[in-house]
Amino acid sequence: MNYVANPIAIAIFLSFVGFVLGMSFYFARKAKSAAGYFAAGGTIHWFVNGIAFAGDYLSAASFLGICGMIATMGYDGFLYSIGYLAGWIVALFVVAEPMKRLGKYTFTDALDSKFNSKGIQLMAAISTLAVSIFYLIPQMVGAGSLITPLLGLPQWIGVVMVGAIVITIVATAGMTSTTYVQFLKGGLLIIFSTVLSIAVLNKGLSTEPREQTFSPRIVPAATADIKAEVVSEKSGQTFVKLEEEGLFTWWIKQDDMLEETQFITKTAAGETLYNGAPKADNRFKSVGLVAKLPDGQTKTGPVGVFKYFATVQGSEIIRYPKGRIAKIEDSGDHVEIFCPAIAKGEDLMVPGQKFKIKDGIGKLNFISLMLALFFGTASLPHILIRYYTVPSQRDARKSTIVAIGSIGFFYVLTLFMGLGAMTLGVIDVGDGNMSAPLLAKAFSSVLFAIISAIAFATVLGTVSGLIVAASGAVAHDLMDNFMNIKMTDQSKVKAGKIAAFGVGIIAIILGILFQGMNVSFLVGWAFAVAASANLPSIIMLLFWKKTTAKGIAWSIGVGMVSALAIILSSPDMYAQFGFKGTPFHSLNQPGIVSIPLSFITLVIVSLMTQKDNEGLKDID
Amino acid sequence: MLHEPAAKVEKDAASDWKAKLGIKLFWLYCIVYMGFVGIAVFATETMKKPVLAGTNLAIIYGMGLIIFAIILGLIYNHLCTKKEDELNAKAEEAE
Repeated sequence: MNYVANPIAIAIFLSFVGFVLGMSFYFARKAKSAAGYFAAGGTIHWFVNGIAFAGDYLSAASFLGICGMIATMGYDGFLYSIGYLAGWIVALFVVAEPMKRLGKYTFTDALDSKFNSKGIQLMAAISTLAVSIFYLIPQMVGAGSLITPLLGLPQWIGVVMVGAIVITIVATAGMTSTTYVQFLKGGLLIIFSTVLSIAVLNKGLSTEPREQTFSPRIVPAATADIKAEVVSEKSGQTFVKLEEEGLFTWWIKQDDMLEETQFITKTAAGETLYNGAPKADNRFKSVGLVAKLPDGQTKTGPVGVFKYFATVQGSEIIRYPKGRIAKIEDSGDHVEIFCPAIAKGEDLMVPGQKFKIKDGIGKLNFISLMLALFFGTASLPHILIRYYTVPSQRDARKSTIVAIGSIGFFYVLTLFMGLGAMTLGVIDVGDGNMSAPLLAKAFSSVLFAIISAIAFATVLGTVSGLIVAASGAVAHDLMDNFMNIKMTDQSKVKAGKIAAFGVGIIAIILGILFQGMNVSFLVGWAFAVAASANLPSIIMLLFWKKTTAKGIAWSIGVGMVSALAIILSSPDMYAQFGFKGTPFHSLNQPGIVSIPLSFITLVIVSLMTQKDNEGLKDID
Repeated sequence: MLHEPAAKVEKDAASDWKAKLGIKLFWLYCIVYMGFVGIAVFATETMKKPVLAGTNLAIIYGMGLIIFAIILGLIYNHLCTKKEDELNAKAEEAE
């Protein structure tokens, strides 16, 4: 799609980012000590911390990724909402208070509180770094996706911008500024998502396409002036080229009829054309349309919550699934064709579009994902460190409940925003991640500007939190504890800031490499790595007295390496980077293998090293 | 320096009681969550059935899981706060 920068959007966006940076510099004064930098001095109010939890958690994955996946895949996107929220139950009931009681600044502190083990310090710090970096990738991809429609700039500039701003934020102020940025952003995100959801219900559903929405024409093949005919090797579909008003268009041939498509042509001369014309001509349109409403209606008008769902279930919707993208060659030109497909609403409103749960491996991937989401939240380092920013265990619990309430409310809204994008024709066929902000644009450009600025701040805040967690792992866990480098309080903060810079640069590079993947799907991987590496050791440390330091260190290592190995050799990774050959296995979600493996490793190694625990005091 | 928590940790006489309650509520939620995953995987067609005002089971169960988490959280907080006040007051008296 062609995006033109909107001055109002730019003004609102820049004001917001300026405000966030100003706040960051203001709080820099409070972050002179290590306790201030890494844990905001343990002085944050529980309500502020609760909303900041929501700000941390409702990252690009939630706002951009889930809404985008619901818009393009239906209910399967909502599975992430359910799983992400369910994970908080583990955090609240099992992890929150013990973590607060055991820790100082980092999750490694908590794990190591009983043992003072070099092995735990090293493995937990590496796992914190690995999870933080995996979680950073989708945030950066999301940032890039946002910048293009907002400022009309290429994706990679967005990634570099976020990286630079966040490094500035983190390098100046640490956890205090990160907390207040998250509080502000979390609150605004929930308020404006509510506004957007009400707007969707108020608009209702209609079979009339918007002017900017692509509505495929269907014409008889017999009357068309066909210039070329190509059969796709992969799908076996026949595509024909027609000439209209001096431009070529591509159509799918089905029996005696032709159905119009959208397509991107990379010509032999190196030019890229959108629906046969340069991008600036705006011929390439957004997609998503209701083909048929129940009972022959053409428009519902404003509807209530349940009526909205029931109507979508009874409708037929034109989608552009990734599986229906065809790639053909035509006289030296490479043509990528986006083919429309009509889906029944009742099929889109149950699991099964993204996760093919009807076949064996699909079932396994689905269960594996739901397992990783359930156990991943309580193992995310940037979430765990937030327990150290409040004064007491009671505050840790209360802030978790504020988080569950606000995050849960937001996740219910993702359904309306995602389905709204699906039915109101706002989806960018090349990048579903932008569905929620583009939905806002369909209502008002000011709302779009505000939503985009919040979404950008969402990325800023989450990336800041992750970088603080990662820098804590380097400066506190690795340098101070593991390597025994004696540092003053100030030099420790300095080391953390240098580490933040390094992690920021890595995040920028990875953000550019993973462009185009659904951000929620990427976050699913981060959850799987976190759940596999960290959760078994947290749970067993708290509930199994025979757990030893070596058991924990091995469990983290095996969980992390097995999860990463399965992800890196997965069919999705092959598809993303165009690797040749057949993947080693069919599993895209590692949790079902790597989480039990990590538990088993901990039990076996602990049983083998029981002598190490002699003389150690049990944790409370 | 740096070897104590960022915020001073108070003594808590209710921590064992809270941990046990937490585990019970965790298992309760876990069963309801597994029910959802089980139906989605092994009885997908059941998810299509309308159960409330024409809305299907998938949506109602999914939203229900979110609302259930919030309700359980509130119950847990209420019970924990009550018990903390009670047990910690007793512990102070004993000291």
